Amino acid sequence: MNGVPLAGFIGLSMFMFITGVVGVIIRRNPIVIFMCIELMLNAVNLAFLAFARYKFSGLANVNQGAAGQMMVVFVMAVAAAEVAVGLGIIMAIYRLKENIDVDELNLLKG
Amino acid sequence: MKITPDMIVFAMLAGMAALSAVGVVAFRNAVRSALCLVFTFFLLGFLYFALNMEMLGITQIVVYTGAIMVLFLFVIMLLNLGASHVLEEKSDPKKVIGIGFGVSLAVLLASQIVPVLIKVNAPTAPEGFGSPQVIGNVLFTDYVFPFEAVSILLLLGIVGSVLLAKRRLS
Repeated sequence: MNGVPLAGFIGLSMFMFITGVVGVIIRRNPIVIFMCIELMLNAVNLAFLAFARYKFSGLANVNQGAAGQMMVVFVMAVAAAEVAVGLGIIMAIYRLKENIDVDELNLLKG
Repeated sequence: MKITPDMIVFAMLAGMAALSAVGVVAFRNAVRSALCLVFTFFLLGFLYFALNMEMLGITQIVVYTGAIMVLFLFVIMLLNLGASHVLEEKSDPKKVIGIGFGVSLAVLLASQIVPVLIKVNAPTAPEGFGSPQVIGNVLFTDYVFPFEAVSILLLLGIVGSVLLAKRRLS
């Protein structure tokens, strides 16, 4: 993608991140909230890769420049683990309460 | 600034990704949100290809649209949340506050980053920068310790999710 300014990629990343933040605030379905968290993680991945590609000059070798890509690999792995455990928790809550509206879940209230 | 064909392709991909990201939040039905998210992840995979990150583009499509979204859809079907009457979203002040917060965050961030980054329009990374060879080489030399740590984390994730799904909470 020659000629596309870095601001294009970062702007898209910013928009997706903010959409995720707004979704986490306004939605009440925990599964959709999880999806919005995934959206935020992906937005950050896009920012990492765009910077890795556009801001390469000045680095000693390719291995040093791959730090952004390594970060993305690890974010993907952690997101997979997080989704597996999080959806397990939602399943357990659903079996306990038959209702997963986040505004109704007040088990931790003292 | 001159309009190049690359720019038009990027604008189409980015516009569709942004629209489907909004769809994730806007749809009331959880299944529709999930399908919008699948579409967003697919387009992000294409954008990674456009950035010459072939390895991560393939990983994005395989891991996110292939594994994570299947898990999401599976849980939605299992909990029978497809019908929107299960979780009727009532109108409340959170919506206005959330959207206002989002808009102000967007203005704040854009005013800081866009003027700086609009000038950077030539990628400086060499060819083959995102190839599987480079990723594998770096992953198993410089980043071998985080790699092993992530493998332990994934093992814990497997055990934890099986435990959570099996046990009866009462």
